[in-house]
Amino acid sequence: MAPGLDPVQGRSVSTVATTEPPPTAPVSPPPAGRAVRLAHWARRNWLWILLASPGILWLASLFLVPMYVVFTIVFGQIDPIFRTPLPVWNPIEWNTVEFNYVFTHIFGSDGYFGPALLRTAVYVLTASVMCLFVAYPVAYYTARYAGRRRGWLLAALIAPFWISYMMRMLAWVNLLQNDGLVNKVLHTNVDWLDGKPYVVVLGLVYGYVPYMILPLYAGLDRFSPNVLEAARDLGAGRLETFRRVTLRLSMPAIIASVLLTCLPMLGDYYTADLLSASPSTSMVGNLINNSVLTPGQTGQGGAFVLIVLAVSLIPMLLYVRSARDEGVAS
Amino acid sequence: MTVALERPSVEVTSRAQRRRGLWGWWESPWRQPVFLQLLTFGYLAWSLLPVLVAILFSFNAGKSRTVWQGFSFRWYWGDPVRSVWHDGSLHTALVHTLVLGVVTTAITVPLGVAFALGVDRWHGRLPSGANFAMLLSFVIPETLLAVALLFLVTQVTTPLHLGTTAQVVGLTTFQLSYPVVIVRARLITIGKQYEEAAIDLGASPTGSIRRVLLPMLMPAIFVSAVLVFADVVDDFVIVRYLSSDASTEPVSVKIYNTARAAPTPALNALATLVLLASLLAVTLGFVFFKWLSRGEKSDSGVQDFASGL
Repeated sequence: MAPGLDPVQGRSVSTVATTEPPPTAPVSPPPAGRAVRLAHWARRNWLWILLASPGILWLASLFLVPMYVVFTIVFGQIDPIFRTPLPVWNPIEWNTVEFNYVFTHIFGSDGYFGPALLRTAVYVLTASVMCLFVAYPVAYYTARYAGRRRGWLLAALIAPFWISYMMRMLAWVNLLQNDGLVNKVLHTNVDWLDGKPYVVVLGLVYGYVPYMILPLYAGLDRFSPNVLEAARDLGAGRLETFRRVTLRLSMPAIIASVLLTCLPMLGDYYTADLLSASPSTSMVGNLINNSVLTPGQTGQGGAFVLIVLAVSLIPMLLYVRSARDEGVAS
Repeated sequence: MTVALERPSVEVTSRAQRRRGLWGWWESPWRQPVFLQLLTFGYLAWSLLPVLVAILFSFNAGKSRTVWQGFSFRWYWGDPVRSVWHDGSLHTALVHTLVLGVVTTAITVPLGVAFALGVDRWHGRLPSGANFAMLLSFVIPETLLAVALLFLVTQVTTPLHLGTTAQVVGLTTFQLSYPVVIVRARLITIGKQYEEAAIDLGASPTGSIRRVLLPMLMPAIFVSAVLVFADVVDDFVIVRYLSSDASTEPVSVKIYNTARAAPTPALNALATLVLLASLLAVTLGFVFFKWLSRGEKSDSGVQDFASGL
């Protein structure tokens, strides 16, 4: 390569430019303005660094550091007198007393944390599958058939986003009370809010379905209906078209939306608290919530946090990767 | 070749024969999507009716949240003791919720927009790592982040204290991804040509951002502000762990604490007021968004507005 010759554009550029090519150099720059423009670009780089650094500092000190603090407390010491946790910052000095305690109570003979973890897995999986069975047809209808009603339909589908989760749960507490509307309409006398697993699972479905509909809608809206027509023209039946074309094309959206609803459900404790308030339906979120707020059990709560973090790390990374592939995070 | 030409005609006749009866109706590509329609509108009823019932009972004249006793504004301001207007604790919760919403939005949006611009243009390990961390903060289960922030505030010596400061800081961390993601998506559609044109025409780097890029980003910035406000007003997990006492407990925490303890319809009234604030912000946001992005071709404004989610 001839010195100073840009291999791509084939025209001579200064050596400064070869070490750091200006990505948007004009096609034929006036010779006198070149140095000025490069100086501008250098200054612009400083500008980008300046703009990004507050956010970077914020995320480092208030997202990454707090996550590390959880480790320092779980693997740290406990003050012998006050029973308060003493964070240990150096990983070499970490001890695993707290973690061993939690682990033996999950898998050991007196493992009373184990059932809650298993229950969380069952609840979250059941609720996610049920969410998908509700959300997919709704998103499909909105994307394909809504026509002129689409704007209104979308607004109604988004509405639960603006209604706080607590208010939506409160609405169901009102309806499911002993003298509530559900018992009146059904002429029954059931204690719905007395530790019924299916009430908690349905509550989770009710709470998280809206978060699934939108990503699914975005995914289904993206591909052209011509593909489906082509499948039908080529002789595929209704179900075959769905199975071999629609489902396959929307698979990335399905995965993203399931991840997006599973992850917050893993830390959910308030749905179980409000709709059952019984230890027989407590999830791992309830274990975290109960121990974090109990003096002397802080480290135990942190250990649960680390367990949930370990479980959710792979779905989180999967979601971030799919978001980056699309260039947008939702 | 002839075989290939014949095949479609065979297919057409066989389909024409099949097009009768129930199976023909099921397979017809032109029929109304009856089941989907039923399911969609059934879902809408299921998702919205319980909330509408809760709103309705906030206007109940009696103390019951299940028996209708006539329409009144008793639980908003009529009752001299237990209405939202007169009960100090409900009042405080409402004001605190709105304060958190406004302050967090005011901090999160500029921080996020600057971060989005910087990370979009500054290439290297550090900015892409920061972007990765930002996306992680978007999907991490909220409880985990809330506990981590609680540990930071209570177990480590920092200038942060439980209460409004910690709540705002925590909410900002959790919400930062909204403006970043929305603004970056918009930056991709805008492209770089407008900025380059501005620079070629003699604008300074800061001038090209301020006078060309920012006005074009305005709709996206605006949508993210509305989203952050509406989300903060509804937040529960972070604000609960980072609250100090009853004076910094917003409406969502109030609902959680009293929903199972035989509350009066004043609780419904409180929740309705927050819902109203949230809906008002979103409606104003939508109208203003339409006005900001006038002149841009679009099939559905709601869809563009919603694509921010």
